[in-house]
Amino acid sequence: MSGWSHLMLLPIVLPLVAGSLMLLFDGVGRWLKAFLNLAATIVLVVVAITLLRVARDSDHSSSVYLLGNWPAPFGIVLVLDQLSALMLVLTSILALTSLVFSLARWHRAGVHFHPLFQFLLMGLNGAFLTGDLFNLFVFFEVLLAASYGLALHGSGVARVKAGLHYIVINLATSFLFLIGVSLIYGVTGTLNMADLAIRIAQVSADDRMLLEAGAAILGIAFLVKAGMWPLSFWLPTTYTAASPPVAAVFAVMSKVGIYIVLRLWLLLFGSGAGESAQFGENWLLYGGLMTMAFGMMGVLSTQNTARLAGFSVLVSSGTLLAAIGLNQVGMTAGALFYLVSSTLTISALFLLIELVERGREMGADMLAVTREAYGEPDDETLEDEEEVGFAIPATMALLGISFLACAVLLAGLPPLSGFIAKFAMLSSIFRPTGLEEPHVISAGNWAFVTLLILSGLSSLIAMTRAGIRSLWAPEDREVPRIRVIEMAPVAVLLLLTATLTLQAGPAMRYMESTAQALYDPAGYIQGVLATPPSQGIPGAAR
Amino acid sequence: MELVVAIAIGVLAGSGVWLLLRPRTFQVIIGLSLISYAVNMFIFSMGRLRTGAPPILEAGSTGDLTQYADPLPQALVLTAIVIGFATTALFLVVLLAARGLTRTDHVDGQERES
Repeated sequence: MSGWSHLMLLPIVLPLVAGSLMLLFDGVGRWLKAFLNLAATIVLVVVAITLLRVARDSDHSSSVYLLGNWPAPFGIVLVLDQLSALMLVLTSILALTSLVFSLARWHRAGVHFHPLFQFLLMGLNGAFLTGDLFNLFVFFEVLLAASYGLALHGSGVARVKAGLHYIVINLATSFLFLIGVSLIYGVTGTLNMADLAIRIAQVSADDRMLLEAGAAILGIAFLVKAGMWPLSFWLPTTYTAASPPVAAVFAVMSKVGIYIVLRLWLLLFGSGAGESAQFGENWLLYGGLMTMAFGMMGVLSTQNTARLAGFSVLVSSGTLLAAIGLNQVGMTAGALFYLVSSTLTISALFLLIELVERGREMGADMLAVTREAYGEPDDETLEDEEEVGFAIPATMALLGISFLACAVLLAGLPPLSGFIAKFAMLSSIFRPTGLEEPHVISAGNWAFVTLLILSGLSSLIAMTRAGIRSLWAPEDREVPRIRVIEMAPVAVLLLLTATLTLQAGPAMRYMESTAQALYDPAGYIQGVLATPPSQGIPGAAR
Repeated sequence: MELVVAIAIGVLAGSGVWLLLRPRTFQVIIGLSLISYAVNMFIFSMGRLRTGAPPILEAGSTGDLTQYADPLPQALVLTAIVIGFATTALFLVVLLAARGLTRTDHVDGQERES
């Protein structure tokens, strides 16, 4: 692994170099920038998949890269374990599909799409790989700054209004992040995540309150990003207003918050944390449940099909937060599978909604209830036409099938991967160890089960209603003009979910081993703190 | 000493939060600046306030936090200041764009109908 260990740096350095190179071609050479972007993203996909296989096949639970060759508690480390590798693969696949979609026409809507896209990838990859709290803050800021630019890409009143709110909320959240990190540093004296995990158990009783306050403030910063209920009102508006390829990449940005909560909570406040073990577990569970309920209501009530996808992000974030709060290994494995499946789905949905909504007039999505309330009669008279087997244009057929697939995935119906994800989570509640063992199921578990099933039902209702209004009812609508380069990413994402179903066995085994490693952080801590600096470099520490 | 710094942080943070919740974008950005001052001072004070102990080692001695000021929070503050400066500049541009596109400086893009 010695020569290959530098491969771990590539997901951060390559987008940085590619993005900086693109800034040299200011104005002219848009296709050159697009080509560079595409090349860099394809390399990132290959590198991410390679790192995934390295992480899966390695003997140790984590591979560590010492930046600047400084040993662990003093220097910043990059850590590659199965969870980070999984997130890297997910990010790069979503980036590639969104990029290909944007090459049709959306990348022309603004000037700096391609460099901003690469810097966003740099921030995302860095956030997934880092093992140091303040380095996490820096990568968060890189990804947020790029996302401000991307959220405003294409300009226009709605986007700038939504972007203003998005920027203010995230700036305030960054300040909370800083306060939390500095409180934790002030109490424990370290910023390295593995070192922190050891020191938390040894914190004296007087300082413990400060530590927990710092951790809570830090947690709020991540939960805003993840979209937990009282902190999530910005999310549907911003994701809806953003241009579709940008919204498709933003689907993975909300999962950065979930990833950090999962990583830090299990590492720092697992069972080895002494007095602070399981700190905030109930907040995660109840917050997640409330987010699921809020997302459910939003999905059912939205009058704008694009907002449906935004609220689906909330539903998926809430499910993941509640699953993390339930604090069981099997549940976490199911939650990781659900994370992959739902992120692929939502990304495809953002792209698909743009394709479906082309050529429809404003207000076409209004619910029939609203139309009646405003006094407009329902102008769809059901004629008894003798139309048997009229030809559907191929475009509409493709769009219809894709929309149906998204509905099935979001609802969690068989045969696609949404079903397997929900089934994995439910079975870990009802049958964690074996069929014969009597098992008490707590009220929190029952609430989660209820909301999981109900949220699937509400997604199904909302998606079929949207599909009927947009695609399947025989109203006069012009067939949208769609290019292959726009339909292909949607098809690829949905085929990936189908592949996830067919390969569910290996995938679930991977998720289970990831969850096992997360619940046993000693491997991670040992890996980080015990990695020696490389010898044979001039001036290296002996 | 700690009391003065704590009161200063509190006043800055309180004023900043109040301004952040106001309806005009200029008030919001001034509020964000005040909060950034408060947070930067807070990070700096996490290194424990001490006078007369610069974090400069004498030749041949190893650093000991009882003798020297902690340099790490100072580095954190510098990073935070730089990042805050860049995001403030970015927000100013968006503020101007919003003013141009929506013809008003209200944060919601339109005046409240009351």
